[in-house]
Amino acid sequence: MAKAEPRVIVVGGGLAGLSAAVRVAESGTKVDLFSLVPVKRSHSVCAQGGINACNDVARQQGYSEWQHMDETLIGGDFLNHQPPVYEMTHWAPKIIDLLDRMGVPFNRTSEGMRDLRLFGGSLFKRTHFAGASTGQQLLYGLDEQTRRYEAEGKINKYEFWEFLWPIIDDEGVCKGIVAQDVRSMEIKAFRGDAVVMASGGNGLMFGKSTMSVICTGAAVARCYQAGAYLGNPEMIQVHPTAIPGEDKCRLMSESARGEGGRVWVPRKKGDDRHPLDITEEERYYFLEEKYPGYGNLVPRDIATREIFWVCQEGLGIGGANQVYLDITHLPIATKNKLAAILEIYEKFTGDDPREVPMKIFPAVHYTMGGLYTIYEPYDPERDTYTPASEPKRQPNEGLLYGDPKNMMTNIPGLYAFGESNYAYHGATRLGANALLSCIFDGLYNGLSVHNYAHAPQGTPAGELPDALFDKYVEQEKAKVQKLTESTGANNPYEIHQELGLEMTATCTVVKEEQRLLQGREKLAEIKAKYQDLKISDTGVYTNQNVSFARALGDMIVYSDALMEGSIARKESRGSHYRSDYTERVDDQFHKTTKVKYDADADKPIIEWEDIPSPLVPLRARTYGKVDASPEKKEEAAAS
Amino acid sequence: MIAPNPDQKFLVRVKRQDGESQPAYWQEFEVPVRPSQNVISVLQYIAANPTTTDGKDVEPVVWDAGCLEEVCGACTMVINGRARQSCSALVPELLAEANGGPITLEPMTKFPVVRDLFVDRQRMFDNLIKVKGWVPIDGTHSLGAGPTESPEKQEERYAISRCMTCGCCLEACPQFTKDNDFLGAQAIAQAYYFNEHETGKKLKKERLDVLMGPGGVSDCGNAQNCVQVCPKEIPLTEAIGKAGRQLTVHAVKKFFTGS
Ligand SMILES: Cc1cc2nc3c(=O)[nH]c(=O)nc-3n(C[C@H](O)[C@H](O)[C@H](O)COP(=O)(O)OP(=O)(O)OC[C@H]3O[C@@H](n4cnc5c(N)ncnc54)[C@H](O)[C@@H]3O)c2cc1C
Ligand code: SF4
Ligand code: SF4
Ligand code: FES
Repeated sequence: MAKAEPRVIVVGGGLAGLSAAVRVAESGTKVDLFSLVPVKRSHSVCAQGGINACNDVARQQGYSEWQHMDETLIGGDFLNHQPPVYEMTHWAPKIIDLLDRMGVPFNRTSEGMRDLRLFGGSLFKRTHFAGASTGQQLLYGLDEQTRRYEAEGKINKYEFWEFLWPIIDDEGVCKGIVAQDVRSMEIKAFRGDAVVMASGGNGLMFGKSTMSVICTGAAVARCYQAGAYLGNPEMIQVHPTAIPGEDKCRLMSESARGEGGRVWVPRKKGDDRHPLDITEEERYYFLEEKYPGYGNLVPRDIATREIFWVCQEGLGIGGANQVYLDITHLPIATKNKLAAILEIYEKFTGDDPREVPMKIFPAVHYTMGGLYTIYEPYDPERDTYTPASEPKRQPNEGLLYGDPKNMMTNIPGLYAFGESNYAYHGATRLGANALLSCIFDGLYNGLSVHNYAHAPQGTPAGELPDALFDKYVEQEKAKVQKLTESTGANNPYEIHQELGLEMTATCTVVKEEQRLLQGREKLAEIKAKYQDLKISDTGVYTNQNVSFARALGDMIVYSDALMEGSIARKESRGSHYRSDYTERVDDQFHKTTKVKYDADADKPIIEWEDIPSPLVPLRARTYGKVDASPEKKEEAAAS
Repeated sequence: MIAPNPDQKFLVRVKRQDGESQPAYWQEFEVPVRPSQNVISVLQYIAANPTTTDGKDVEPVVWDAGCLEEVCGACTMVINGRARQSCSALVPELLAEANGGPITLEPMTKFPVVRDLFVDRQRMFDNLIKVKGWVPIDGTHSLGAGPTESPEKQEERYAISRCMTCGCCLEACPQFTKDNDFLGAQAIAQAYYFNEHETGKKLKKERLDVLMGPGGVSDCGNAQNCVQVCPKEIPLTEAIGKAGRQLTVHAVKKFFTGS
């Protein structure tokens, strides 16, 4: 029998999945690409603000790749691993060049160069953008290259297919996936010598978020239940500025602040005058007063908490959970630059933000935690000499290029890229670094996947017996059957709402022991309700009810891990703020929260892993904060 | 705005279809008025309360959605007779449009129905392959920056690059039918978009060959419907016109060089 050609499976067609597919196909390995929705409709399309990378202009202002790394590390409160962040930030300029070559319509200066904008966590302009829909443009650029490989027969797309479970052989190695066509409801196994999970974030676990409706986190939760570790699941980014809505919270991009937008509330409680009637002196620009250096550009976790607190003090607009984000004072040209995001506000609220300040509030936005992954750091002593037969070893200080371990989970052959892994952002993601990390994962670690697929652990997927694959298909069919036959009392959409409210209340902006313990109880209740489901759709075709109910079960399991991580981490770090432990405690918690699923007890087990800091020592995260008392303020203004 | 009365309700009529080759039928649902309600939240309400106005428990309505902020293109359907995104279709406006209701929801008619309001728009993606909708880069290696581009050119391209493959333009086009092979405004505009990029241009001839063939630009009747319905305000007729001019030049060249 001829040896089967190695194949790679990529789950997810967002920026991470597409760039992985393109990179692997380019290396000469065939790719099967799975996505719940046509890849062009993936959540990455929503990103508005931009993508970070140092460039020549930034460099001449004194910025560097090293500083981009440093900002990422301090932004993440040092929970990120330094070698991958080093590598990502040093590759960033190449990534932008590549996207530019792909035809992404980046905004231009008058000389035709790529323009830059200011984003949170930095005092330098280093964010590239394409109008106010950068994610859309980047996704389309990569989608186009994917289509090109598809036309050449190197990438095979399975759109409207849902990943259900990783196939793991007797030696614990990943050899493929089980997936379901969400239209015909057919369930099938697919063989792959390496599997890349690029399934994005888990915003839907919080009910309403800024994410797309497909961002359930279920795919990650399934890998977790199949034995993959989660890393830092408690790290959830709440974006400071979103437009609260009935069906979802829509993002108001950070670029609104980057371009000069100001956040304020009336100084006087309950001042219910029209915002334009409130004079400058009567406005409390709390971010600017407390953080004179960074002002409205403090990192997101800080801005989020300050907005939350100001509302808790009753200073929110009309006493409600809302503050003003004001761009009315900006010049027309700047407003035009922001047109696309302003349109979103106008479209969904009916008010014109060019004339009247926007009303906004924080909302769940990004999943910093996710599948735990490993990497091979570059070691100058070990890796200086590169024999000609091993072209992969290149001198750098981050990762070892092409090493099969890079961004692999603890399950050999199973990788995690993009928002679904935990690697780059630590305890808070800097704005405009996510798009970068997704594409970096695909492009840089794609080679690792290709290398692994050609020398996989154990028996190649193509040679394993059918029985292994059939077993997993049967397991998934049984789950669907059980769900279809559920004639219990509880509607899955109502349970989801309950889950979302509880998770938002306990595990987002501010966490506290007693409330978390209550949350744990509540999750147990929700889990019990889930055992008594009522599925109202018995259709055998495009049964969204069954798909949703199945994902809900996985969201509940993932919520457990998130809750336990939040309870266990008795400190405050980045987006994880404990009102009962307000300090960062490095000697105890400068560690990754590694969570393993105990299948017998249906419970998460928490382990801790030290984080090495080979490049930058830990330091406090102040962003030039000053005490907001009047005397201190003057001092700050003078400096 | 008037505060909504929690007891106030409105009617929604949904055209349903159990599968691709099944007959279509209508069902009516009663939905309570809520603040800042869009069609997605109406459908979410029906999913959680799948009971018709005549008290029958039915299977929840199937529909397609993603971003809920009018950028992914997934949720397009025919609402009150017009193709648009259900996430950005706000209930108060729809009620006004329908003189108080009922609001009608139907699947798009130019694509095969998968189930209920969910249609299969694969043809649009296939057309992007036909017109070679990509820039033929040499690979993903580090090869420096792309060509410089004037802000004016960037703006022109940016406007077209925002097409989210939603299908409104095709739904509205009198020339585009379920079974002919007209490429439609979306694919033609994309072909033009790539012809306007320094590197993308390298495939211009091949693209123009496709646009010159059956189902190409000459099938457009210039009815302008597409540009009126495009939610992203893509200058479609302008792009078709410019593609047409590129074609004329291409045809003349072809005639003289015989290539
Ligand atoms: C509104 C908004 C604005 C943002 N703006 C910015 C910004 O300006 N800059 C920035 O850097 N970041 C931004 N972000 C963050 C950034 O957009 C995301 O982190 C990033 O796009 C995630 O990409 P991804 O490829 O990991 O996942 P996604 O783009 O979410 O893709 C996930 C893919 O997985 C598929 N999938 C999921 N589950 C399954 C399953 N079970 N089976 C099969 N397929 C599955 C989906 O179909 C999809 O194709 C923003 C985020 C939001 C919400
Ligand atoms: S101009 Fe008219 S005929 Fe031509 S694509 Fe648009 S709608 Fe169709
Ligand atoms: S051109 Fe406009 S209407 Fe047509 S698919 Fe694109 S976005 Fe939709
Ligand atoms: S859900 Fe994406 S356009 Fe409406």
